[in-house]
Amino acid sequence: MLETRTPLGPIEQKWDKCRYEMKLVNPANRRKHSIIVVGAGLAGAAAAATLGRQGYHVHCVSYHDTPRRAHSIAAQGGINAAKNYRNDGDSVLRLFKDTVKGGDFRAREANVYRLAEVSGNIIDQCVAQGVPFAREYGGLLDNRSFGGVQVERTFYARGQTGQQLLLGAYQALEEQIATGSVTMHFRSELLDVVVVNGRARGIVTRDLVTGQTDGHAADVVVLATGGYSNVFYLSTNAKACNCTAIWRAHRRGALFGNPCFTQIHPTCIPLSNEYQSKLTLMSESLRNDGRIWVPKKKSDTRAPNDIPENERDYYLENRYPSFGNLVPRDVASRNAKEVCDEGRGVGPHGQGVYLDFADAIHRLGLETVREKYGNLFDIYQRITGEDAYKVPMRIYPAPHYTMGGLWVDYHLMSTIPGLFVGGEANFSDHGANRLGASALMQGLADGYFILPATVPDYLASTKLEPVNTSDSAFKSTKAEVNDRINKLLAIKGKRSPDSFHKELGKIVWDDCGMARSEEGLRKALARIPELREEFWRNLRIVGTGEELNQSLEKANRISDFLELAELMCTDALHRTESCGGHFRVESQTPEGEAKRDDANFAYTAAWEWKGSGQAPALHKEPLTFEYVPLSQRSYK
Amino acid sequence: MNLTLRVWRQQSANAPGRFISYQAKDVTPDTSFLEMLDALNEELINRQEPPIAFDHDCREGICGACGFLINGVAHGGQRGTTVCQLSMRFFKDGETLTLEPWRARAFPVIRDLMVNRSAFDRIIQAGGFISAAAGSAPDANVTLIPKEEADTAMDAAACIGCGACVAACPNASAMLFTSAKITHLNSLPQGRPQRDQRTLSMVVAMRNELFGSCTNHGECEAVCPKQIPLEFIGKMNRDLIRELWHKHREPLVIPSVVQLPSAEDSHEQFHEDVHPQLQEDAHQHLHEEARAHAEAEFPGRAGGRQ
Repeated sequence: MLETRTPLGPIEQKWDKCRYEMKLVNPANRRKHSIIVVGAGLAGAAAAATLGRQGYHVHCVSYHDTPRRAHSIAAQGGINAAKNYRNDGDSVLRLFKDTVKGGDFRAREANVYRLAEVSGNIIDQCVAQGVPFAREYGGLLDNRSFGGVQVERTFYARGQTGQQLLLGAYQALEEQIATGSVTMHFRSELLDVVVVNGRARGIVTRDLVTGQTDGHAADVVVLATGGYSNVFYLSTNAKACNCTAIWRAHRRGALFGNPCFTQIHPTCIPLSNEYQSKLTLMSESLRNDGRIWVPKKKSDTRAPNDIPENERDYYLENRYPSFGNLVPRDVASRNAKEVCDEGRGVGPHGQGVYLDFADAIHRLGLETVREKYGNLFDIYQRITGEDAYKVPMRIYPAPHYTMGGLWVDYHLMSTIPGLFVGGEANFSDHGANRLGASALMQGLADGYFILPATVPDYLASTKLEPVNTSDSAFKSTKAEVNDRINKLLAIKGKRSPDSFHKELGKIVWDDCGMARSEEGLRKALARIPELREEFWRNLRIVGTGEELNQSLEKANRISDFLELAELMCTDALHRTESCGGHFRVESQTPEGEAKRDDANFAYTAAWEWKGSGQAPALHKEPLTFEYVPLSQRSYK
Repeated sequence: MNLTLRVWRQQSANAPGRFISYQAKDVTPDTSFLEMLDALNEELINRQEPPIAFDHDCREGICGACGFLINGVAHGGQRGTTVCQLSMRFFKDGETLTLEPWRARAFPVIRDLMVNRSAFDRIIQAGGFISAAAGSAPDANVTLIPKEEADTAMDAAACIGCGACVAACPNASAMLFTSAKITHLNSLPQGRPQRDQRTLSMVVAMRNELFGSCTNHGECEAVCPKQIPLEFIGKMNRDLIRELWHKHREPLVIPSVVQLPSAEDSHEQFHEDVHPQLQEDAHQHLHEEARAHAEAEFPGRAGGRQ
């Protein structure tokens, strides 16, 4: 069932070989093909702009009022590329190796190599578009280092790298909209995928202003709809981020890869009150110069600056001398949780550790620190009211990124022919843990370079019968969508959509968050169906479906989270090993590090939907490591 | 803390709107303004009343989705802060706050505090890009860019497209927004080949969207959450004049000195349809006025080529 279509031959020739073997569409024939791209973040906007420029007729769908709002915009720290501008030993092979190892050997080698291979082109492309990356006084591009690696390969635009990369893609997209090659559908949300004779041939959307549902037909559908960290309710994702597109595709036959692989980011502002609607990330780049510590003593209530040096525990530097504060995210997060669980956490709820810049300010001067991180310090001040130039920041881990997603082959096509998936929405190249500054790299690699090569191959090599939205498949899918909306509106119960979301989030965070145990997962698996049952019995939405109705939008998204959460826990329960961000307390080394079980779990778990109330079926894509030998990760 | 909120409620674009008062009780000073509204909305749902619609997404001040007027001030008045990042610490217990959507004819209300800002996208479509097909780019370090130029470009590129500048301007002008994108792209060597065409097209697009012109009030800079400086408007005008000079085009309105005739009333009339004929007349009038102005400002150029 899982045909990866990975080309044979040496790894450095696979992508070339694939491109050589792929079929092409004559430039004059391209406009006859229509492509739907759902999502307009880095992967979606880049793919839509590039395919539009190649000459295809592209429809791009976004639930925002403009493509520039997509959550890629919030990425702060940077984007990796194996340029070796620093002459510090970097290469395509090293970026490949770092990514495979950082992902704890749960990614497909061929995909990761390709990602490293095109990484340099991404930087070239972005600079050509006018992305204002940071520069040195000589006019060359500046680089910095990021967690989990020992070279400086991260390109950045102050603390707003995601914003600048997204604006680059957005501007390219707007240019294509102006030429007419891309038609943009704003404030329009995908509610289902239409499958005709086994192929993805369209989507059903709801216009968020008028409430009208419509079918859209095309030759191929690309989903670039982001990740599902909002299953935790509190995460660093934007409020509207949701799993509906990928979950609806999953229910239509697309397998879901590694749903339990989620990333908890180590440097976020701790929770302060019960009304809090989201968690705010502080870029991981802060770990370049900030030092992480907690008091050695439990429940130490002294102000941080009153705690003398010898009573501080710089636990990352002590435990991991070669990587120090720059260990990968999963390691940093788990260690923070551990010291807080020991009662050494700081801040009002004891859920926090210090990130201290006193040494950096002493070494580099206040101005340099301000130039590098000023906007992050400002964000911190606005939220907490504290001045991090004077007192250490408090940080705590928060859900941030999901490595899991729809399973795709080497061409980024899901198990539904004609349904391609890019960016965070696919199960991706990051294995069980993503390295910092690699999400932007992957989104743009998929959008600018991979999809614009593989989607045309599908169009050229597939006989596609004409379809239109009056066909029965479109009618029936649209009827299902409308039924579902009407069902949500008809419940007329007592609880708001958010109240369900918060409750679900707490269940998933407690039992399928930073540490997972068989007992906890079984508890969650019992609790989630109960909550789902109550949701469909006791939900309250005010208003109708024929108007702008934000509660209805939320409720619809939450109903899908309620199903996805169960699959996450099922996956986490079945994977009895620890790997990367998936930490099973039953599987750890004597030092408390994640212990993999390569003999039994060196595979991607791809789950098949079997219907409501049915257990999903597990398919396995075996992973082999020919170029980066399997080894226990060590950052000591 | 307890607050009284007077909120603009408007069911849809064409429905009449009005202010309705709500009590926000037991607000924690640590919450953000939008979290305070979340709590109020939960209460409204409990009372079976429609919750207040407002745009928002990242809640980190970067996506640009959120924004409305609080007591007439875009984003509420804390410098360099979007409304999603505005903490309730900023307000006093017992205050009455009036919340209304961006008021500008170019930004029609969709519902309650939500407006349609697609006019901004159309300005970008006119030239707010550097044409570079994927795959055609040379090595990123081929072109050296002095740090100062890169920094200026970044300062301008920080714009989040929220629309506060338009809402704050007495003329509902979009010149801070437009000039930020022009400054970003025109400051970079990669942006130079398209510089002249970009500047002209974007300025024309901006005018076609019924935004007013700049009369140097500076309200835009004061409310801009990214603190985009007013000087970029000057840069834009300079680039526009250069374009006109170099290309010997028909004289065009110099936006900083000529005002859209109907700009002053654009705030009162935001909900009314503009009569197409009136609009046509206005443009005709504008064109003549521009000719006269250009003649005064640049003697010998207006009305004829040398």
